[in-house]
Formats: sequence, C-alpha cells, structure tokens
Amino acid sequence: MDFTLSKEHEMARQLFKDFAENEVKPLAQEIDEEHRFPRETVEKMGKYGFLGIPVPKELGGQGCDPLTYTMCVEELSKVCGTTGVIVSAHTSLCVDPIQTYGTEEQKAKYLPDLCSGKKLGAFGLTEPGAGTDAQGQQTKAVLDGDEWVLNGSKCFITNGKEADVYVVIAVTGKVEKRGKMMKEISAFIVEKGTPGFTFGTKENKMGICASSTYELIFTDCRIPKENLLGAKGKGFAIAMHTLDGGRIGIAAQALGIAEGALETTIAYVKERKQFGRAIAAFQNTQFQLADMATKVEAAKLLVYKAAMKKAEYQANPKVSYSVEAAMAKLYAAEVAMEVTTKAVQLHGGYGYIKEYDVERMMRDAKITEIYEGTSEVQRMVISANLLK
Amino acid sequence: MKIVVCIKQVPDTKGGVKFNPDGTLDRGAMLAIMNPDDKAGLEAALRIKDETGAEVTVLTMGLPKAADVLREAIAMGADNGILVTDRVLGGADTWATSTTIAGALRNIDYDLIITGRQAIDGDTAQVGPQIAEHLGLPVISYAQDIKVEGDKVIVQRMYDDRYHVLEAQMPCLITALSELNEPRYMTPGGIFDACKAEITTWGRADLKDVDDANLGLKGSPTKIAKASDKVRKGAGEKVTPDSPEEAVEYIVGKLKEKHVI
Repeated sequence: MDFTLSKEHEMARQLFKDFAENEVKPLAQEIDEEHRFPRETVEKMGKYGFLGIPVPKELGGQGCDPLTYTMCVEELSKVCGTTGVIVSAHTSLCVDPIQTYGTEEQKAKYLPDLCSGKKLGAFGLTEPGAGTDAQGQQTKAVLDGDEWVLNGSKCFITNGKEADVYVVIAVTGKVEKRGKMMKEISAFIVEKGTPGFTFGTKENKMGICASSTYELIFTDCRIPKENLLGAKGKGFAIAMHTLDGGRIGIAAQALGIAEGALETTIAYVKERKQFGRAIAAFQNTQFQLADMATKVEAAKLLVYKAAMKKAEYQANPKVSYSVEAAMAKLYAAEVAMEVTTKAVQLHGGYGYIKEYDVERMMRDAKITEIYEGTSEVQRMVISANLLK
Repeated sequence: MKIVVCIKQVPDTKGGVKFNPDGTLDRGAMLAIMNPDDKAGLEAALRIKDETGAEVTVLTMGLPKAADVLREAIAMGADNGILVTDRVLGGADTWATSTTIAGALRNIDYDLIITGRQAIDGDTAQVGPQIAEHLGLPVISYAQDIKVEGDKVIVQRMYDDRYHVLEAQMPCLITALSELNEPRYMTPGGIFDACKAEITTWGRADLKDVDDANLGLKGSPTKIAKASDKVRKGAGEKVTPDSPEEAVEYIVGKLKEKHVI
C-alpha cells in the first residue's frame, strides 16, 4: 500500500490549487453575500476541462480518473463550497449517468458540450415527498406516441435554473416485485427550454448561497422518446448508482471545506494575540488544531479510498464502491461540520462576522450532512452491508 | 511554423531566497516553478499555435528534475520537450548557458525562438540575446506584444514610458516580459498526457559546434564574489486611530519626526 500520490495527481492538485486561489477565492465572499451564481467561473472551468475530468477524451472529456476529479472538487471547496458543488452536481449527477447509461447517440449529443462547459448539468430526483426515500416519487412519465409526457415537480435541485441538461427521474408504471406492487421508475434527459418545463421558487439557503437551487416543474412536458436514459424501469438503479458517485463528490466538497477552515484557522491563531501572546501558544488551541488536523487526514484517506474504489469499479463493474462512498461522505461531512465549528470558536467573535471566511465555511459545511443522502442514510447503507 | 521556447526551472522567490554557505542558491530548500517571463513566452507561442497551428517545442537546461517544467509546458499545450542535462554543463553562467542552448538549438529546425527576458533567480537578462548572437539571429528583447505576419514578426518592445514597434524577418529570437499576457492553466487531461510524453534528453555529446572551453563552471567567466537576498521591509507599525482626524495627526507627526515635512 502506497500513500504517495503519482506525479500526475501531484501536478493536477497544484493546478486545481492555483486555479482555486487565483480565480475562485477572490469571488467566494462576494457571490455568497449576493447569492449570485458564478457564471464567469463556470466558463473558465469549462475552458480548462474541469467540467469533464473523468470522461474519456473521445467524448470531449479529460480522460482522467475519479481521484483527479475528487481532488478538483476538494481544492475548489477549500476556498468556496459553492464552486465545489457546482462541479460535483454537474459531473457526478448529470455527466456520469449519461456516460454510464446513455446510448452512443446520447453520449455524442450531450457529453462534449457538458465537458466543455458550453452546457451545465443537473439531476432531478428529490421531490417534496421523496428525498431520502427515492421510492416515494410522484413525477410521472407517460409514453404518448413518440414522446414521453412528464408531469410533476422536483425540489432542491442544485444548478437548478443555471443548467441546460437535466437527468430527471420519474414513475413510468407499476411492477410486481417479491409479490408487492412497486413503482416502476425510469430516468430521462430533459433539456432546458422544452415546452412545459419551468422553474419554481429559488431556495434561500443557509449556506452554499451562490449555488442555484430551484424547483423544477413539468406540466405536460413532452420530450422525445429517445431521451429515455437507460432501459425503462431501470431508473431506481440509475439513481442509486448516480448517488453513489455523487457521494464521493460531496465527500470531497466536505473534505475541502474542512481543510480550508483548518488552514484559515492555523494562519489566524498565529496572528491573533490575547494576554500578550499569539493564541497559537495556548495549549487549548494546539490540542484543538491537532484534533482537527487528525480528523481531516482520516477523512481524506476515506475520500481518496472511495475514489480509488470507483476507479476499480470502472475497470471491473462487478466491484461495488457504495459502502466506501457512504463511509467517506458520512465521515467527511461530520468532520466538516465539527472542524468548521471549532474554527469559528477559535476565531472568537471574528469567526461570527461575515468578513471572515470561517463564518461562510461553517454554513456551507452543514449541507454536506444532508444532501446526496443524509448522514442517517449513509449509516443505513453502511449497516445494511454489514448485516446482509 | 516551428517555435522553440527556452524555459528555465527556477526557485520560487515569493517566500524569500535561501543560500548555501558558498553563496550559491539552495535550490532544494525552495519550491521549483517555471520562470514567469518564460511562461509568458510560452503562452505567446501557444497563442500563435492556436491561430496558425504552429509546432511548439520547449527546451530547458538543468538537472534531470528540470523535466518537470517541460511536462508543465506540455500540459499547457506545447508539443515536444527537450532537456539538456549533463554533469559537465553544471555551474554554468550566462555565457556557458547560452553556448550550451545554442549548441542544442543547432540540432533543430525553427522559425522563431522565444525566451523569457530574465530568470527570477539570476535577473541578468543576458541568456536570450546571447543565444541570438551565437546563432547569428536578429533579436528583439522586452516584448510586450507579438504578432506573426507571414514570415515576419511584429513586436512591441517595452520601455518605462513608451514602446517601440519593431519588425523582424524570421528566423529570429524574441525575449518576453511577464507583462506580455496572462498564461493559461494546464488542463487535467494535458497533465496526464504530459506525464506519459517522452522527453528528449541531450547531453554534452549532442551539442553542435561548441567548444568545451565555453561550457559548465570551467567555461564560465563570471565569478560570484558575494550573494545576498534583497533587503526586505519590516512589518511596519500598525495603528488603529479612532477618527480620521486622529489618523491625520498621527501621520503628520510621524512625517515631522522623520523630517519629511
């Protein structure tokens, strides 16, 4: 077992770090306060290939592995949790299912533009009555001639109004499974601008404020028959697969937020003086930092392991990375919340002021325990595997 | 069109400079980066490539780990990398360096050679023009803008308060300023390709028409008497007056104290 990163990964990390410091960090506070989607950053990320990192080159991507993509989300999130989730939702939740389940025509039609940033992706699974419980779907899709007709709504959709291509999960009928009638769920690709596809309210959130979170509304929205993604009735499996990958992205976001808060705090405690000396000289500060750094390192190992496991799955689809992804997401999210909370505490009153980055980081950290499956769902996934 | 960009791996001087006891730079103690002026020169070459499809080769002289800057350049979009490395070439000053690089360039076809104005570790600005002299090429230094028109280049040469527009027939050599442009980032896929790319490595034996008397430490007429980091300013005094009036009073007081007013 070798924990040394390869030359490629070291160089990629430096690239993401430089980009985050130069292009993302200067905007982080402003876009958070203004709740403004950083379109200019998305364009730059598209130009440099950040929006198609794990996609093969022949489909317009960068041809890199899941670890490279994970490090990209991590480094972006160190300075701006919003920018991290824009890349994560786009790549893990839209690009990945199209790459994995799309027909050759669908891949050729959508992936090059998604990878170049000409188009942005989103994923519509959550509904008011179906978040963690994906079987509670109400949105319906009915085949009418050569078109599917969608009716229903999706809520809390990341990249909501800013995206151009949406992977949408809907009920297409009923099937009998183990003697019970279950909803048959399928996945679809829906393009912005399709008649009958509109946006509802924009969510006013606690954190990741510059991220565009919207309700998607489908009213007799007719999409071509060929926009069915994967086989009819495979939507639940597609959604679960997508969430497994998405969890690695969010785990990387959480890890990045925690690392950013730790780095910011280390710099602050060396500067801030109380009782005539830097607060870094107090044992309480030292022990807090030691605990924070140790947990961040443990989270990093779990996140990178999940990414490596996903790479193994790509070489051999029989390998599952579901548990690794759940563990990484569960732990990294809880570490992000703990570390950012401690970071605010070590900043004292300044940590509660918006001028200081840790205030934003603590608000951004909370969502990582909730979306892409709550921490409780991660525990269900992990324990179900232990007890099967 | 073929462009060769000469680049150098230099210690990042942002965090201060560290020296060995003998006055030479302690390169191991500092982060290694692509020299900023050279990076601007590379970006200029890559923009010409974007427009005309030119082939861009990057060339460096240094220790084997200098291949890292060649890989970085390839990850930004350069086509080929050549590393000139040999123990006998070590300790070279600008004369021995330009002799070596010219010896390497004699093996390659080129229309345009671009170097950075100067490297942040030596700040001499001599190597670029010296290479041109060795090769008998016209040189335009301090370029802040480069345009290619047919077999000519039109370059703005920067001065403190003005610029000159110069035209030169290719082949020629241009030295680039970091003000020339904002270099692009690498791409993730470019990095993976660059790490697999084969770097051509040349030693003393591959240099064409050079005399051993002009190579390495022995061939370097420059002798370093003493080396020091530039004097860094202290942190200064931080004051937080309660009102603008108080701030003005404080500043005026200080200026009087220093006999400025």
